[in-house]
Amino acid sequence: MNRRRVLDVAALPDSAFGHQGLVWWGTVGFMVIEGSMFVIAIIVYFYLRLKVEAWPPGLPDPDPTFGTANLIVVLISVAPAAAAKAAAEKFDLSRVRSWLAVLVAMGVVSVVLRAFEYPALNCRWDDNAYGSIVWVLISMHTIHVATDVVDSAVLLVMAFTQPLTRKRYVDLSENSLYWYFIVAWWVPIYLVIYFAPRWL
Amino acid sequence: MDHSGPENQRDERIEPQDRYELLPDATAESRLHQELARTWYVPKGVIGWFSVVDHRTIGKRYIVTAFSFFGFAGLLAALMRVQLAVPNNHFLGPDLYNQVFTTHGTMMMFLFAVPVMEAMGVYLVPLMVGARNIAFPRLNTFSYFVYLFGGIMLTATMLMNTAPDAGWFSYVPLAGPDFTPGKRSDFWAQLITFTEVSGLAVAVELVTTIFKTRAPGMSLNRMPLFVWAMLVASFMIIFSMPSVVTSSSILLLDRLVGTHFYNPAEGGDALLWQHLFWFFGHPEVYIIFVPALGMVSSIIAAFTQRPVFGYTALVLALVATGFIGFGLWVHHMFATGLPQLGLTYFTAASMVIAIPSGVQIFCWIASLWRGRPRFHAPLLFVVGFIAIFVLGGLSGVTLASVPFDLQVHDTYYVVAHFHYVLLGGAVFPLIGGIYFWFPKMTGRMMDDGLGRVNFWVLFFGFNITFFPMHILGFEGMPRRIYTYPAELGWGTLNLVSSLGAGLLAIGGLLLLVNVVRSYRFGAVATDNPWHADTLEWGTTSPPPVYNFLHLPVVEGRNALWDRSEDAPVVTGIRSDCREVLVTDVMDAEPSNKVSYPDPSIWPFLCAVVTSAFFIGSIFTPWALPVAILPLAITLIGWFWPKSEAADAPGVKKPLREVA
Repeated sequence: MNRRRVLDVAALPDSAFGHQGLVWWGTVGFMVIEGSMFVIAIIVYFYLRLKVEAWPPGLPDPDPTFGTANLIVVLISVAPAAAAKAAAEKFDLSRVRSWLAVLVAMGVVSVVLRAFEYPALNCRWDDNAYGSIVWVLISMHTIHVATDVVDSAVLLVMAFTQPLTRKRYVDLSENSLYWYFIVAWWVPIYLVIYFAPRWL
Repeated sequence: MDHSGPENQRDERIEPQDRYELLPDATAESRLHQELARTWYVPKGVIGWFSVVDHRTIGKRYIVTAFSFFGFAGLLAALMRVQLAVPNNHFLGPDLYNQVFTTHGTMMMFLFAVPVMEAMGVYLVPLMVGARNIAFPRLNTFSYFVYLFGGIMLTATMLMNTAPDAGWFSYVPLAGPDFTPGKRSDFWAQLITFTEVSGLAVAVELVTTIFKTRAPGMSLNRMPLFVWAMLVASFMIIFSMPSVVTSSSILLLDRLVGTHFYNPAEGGDALLWQHLFWFFGHPEVYIIFVPALGMVSSIIAAFTQRPVFGYTALVLALVATGFIGFGLWVHHMFATGLPQLGLTYFTAASMVIAIPSGVQIFCWIASLWRGRPRFHAPLLFVVGFIAIFVLGGLSGVTLASVPFDLQVHDTYYVVAHFHYVLLGGAVFPLIGGIYFWFPKMTGRMMDDGLGRVNFWVLFFGFNITFFPMHILGFEGMPRRIYTYPAELGWGTLNLVSSLGAGLLAIGGLLLLVNVVRSYRFGAVATDNPWHADTLEWGTTSPPPVYNFLHLPVVEGRNALWDRSEDAPVVTGIRSDCREVLVTDVMDAEPSNKVSYPDPSIWPFLCAVVTSAFFIGSIFTPWALPVAILPLAITLIGWFWPKSEAADAPGVKKPLREVA
């Protein structure tokens, strides 16, 4: 036999957005892992709540002003993230550049606001177990925000200096996905930190 | 900006072409081989050694490293058995004994058992699913070095007489700042961070490899059982390890910066540690054990020359184990005074998990029964596994009962139980797996005669060591005591156990001798010496750097046995860059292609910085701000495109220039 059967895949695209691509799976994998850590930290918060009478124990309630401002900022930042994602999926470089720049700027604002949130917690990490978990919760989230701001900034620099390939547009698209994840987690963490002491 | 060039019109689903073509001549095939070998090269030299990104090299390093820690932790066990052989012994003092048993347990669990199973997955899964490399290859390199450095750190603390000494599960308040001043518990806590970071990274790589890079035709219901097992274990890692990372990190914070998570005086709680630890710790047993079940199925299929009986039941049992494994953690805490109703639930759940295990055992027995088993060394280890694991499972069921557990809690009965489950349930199949896959990994056969001797020595050594511990437990001998008075009458059984440990050590040595000798002088292996059914046996032994000359198309559940004369191969994958095929999750239909990155030194450098940060943070919280910049630099170096051609060879010209 001098012929063979082949499955010729030459025509398939050499990158894919969303769950058809590999980057999405890596991103979602780490979102699940980090999301589990947030869940566990929140469980620890309520577990510790059960151990004492007053909450916060012997400390004033946290002041939600800057936390609320931050919530508004990150919720609005979903719009540039979505616009950057849509632009990336259309390979529209100029829109990617502008929306990513807006996203980075809003991320920086969020980090700066976070610096004002820490004093407004009205507790220190070493006051008692309540202070410890509040600091850990907010710091876990801050590390995520700061990391993704740096990540987005690096992508922004690439978008201006490097010739972008299809693969890089996939990274840009998944970067926005990760930002959604960070924003989504701020909602429950914000409620726990600032309102669980008032409502419970 | 106009991007509507032909390059961008390809997002519509394009079907691959199933057709016939002229058989290429030998020169064309050899040219393809040369080009693939050049593209998928494994770098040489010192810098090359640290830059390797291919799964076979990293997988083998992982396996060798894990077995080295197994050897070291085994030596520590031997020291313990020497100490306990006779009453009133002072061979090891109490402090050193505490360090020895803590390091033994910690090393066996975190540096041997979990990593070695993942390591087998790193090596075997891409081959079994017909892929050219593991997904996220640079992350794989990073994970290996982080693991290695963590292991070196723990070994160094042991050699410097400053090892952790609060037990492998490091309970607070003993491990807290008040009762373990100094840095011993911090080394333990950071070892957890090291191993979990690397373990989680590998789990994500394996899930992605399994879901997205299977050969066309390998739908989920045709996936080899070992791959299913690695998939379940990877998911268990992803959902359980965050819990132990959190608990050990906040332990470190309690010790380093004065948080109060585990300090009852300031609203903290010591039992919180046990919940968080065992929410991970119990699934961890299955993370170790489930991949071993996959190995058992692979070996049984090959040595009975027929598909394993009850594929669907076996897959469902694996998945069920994965779920139920998360509902058992409180059975480690029966002696802590939790509410009765809760205990009842966990008793029931702990008994329920015996059901999927039983289903699997019966499926394997049925396979052996209906086949004509060839009792080579790998199958002997599997049969030994069945015997030992059934005993370990039975003692497990007894421990699920609260009143019984309260009697034997923290005695040698528990030590006997978990060694039966872990050594019998995981290490025996693993050694069988080493005998089984050694020819594929090295191109040489292991000595089967010596292998059979090896099995019997280990089997008797194991039972002589650990069976008496059941009785010692009934007689009330507690765990973690460095010696005992003669009047208690525990001397004879302890001596028997210690002699058995000597036999076990000889068994370990025989394995080492067989591996080293076979590696150098073993008979040359054919591609498929066992006539096994999975795809890794469809390529050369050892496999070429690109794994498969033509990516295979799978036509049945037993890929090689079901392959027809007319089986198609995949063409249209570029050989001048590291392009791989991406397929659908369910049916493995070709979807798109992606190019994997080249070797790079950056993941190693990133692992160095990460490790320095982890170790530094044992001593000062300033390690974090200091590490941020170098960490960012190494990560950017890792992800920064080297050049246009290397970054995305699938694109002839960057889109910007096309426009």
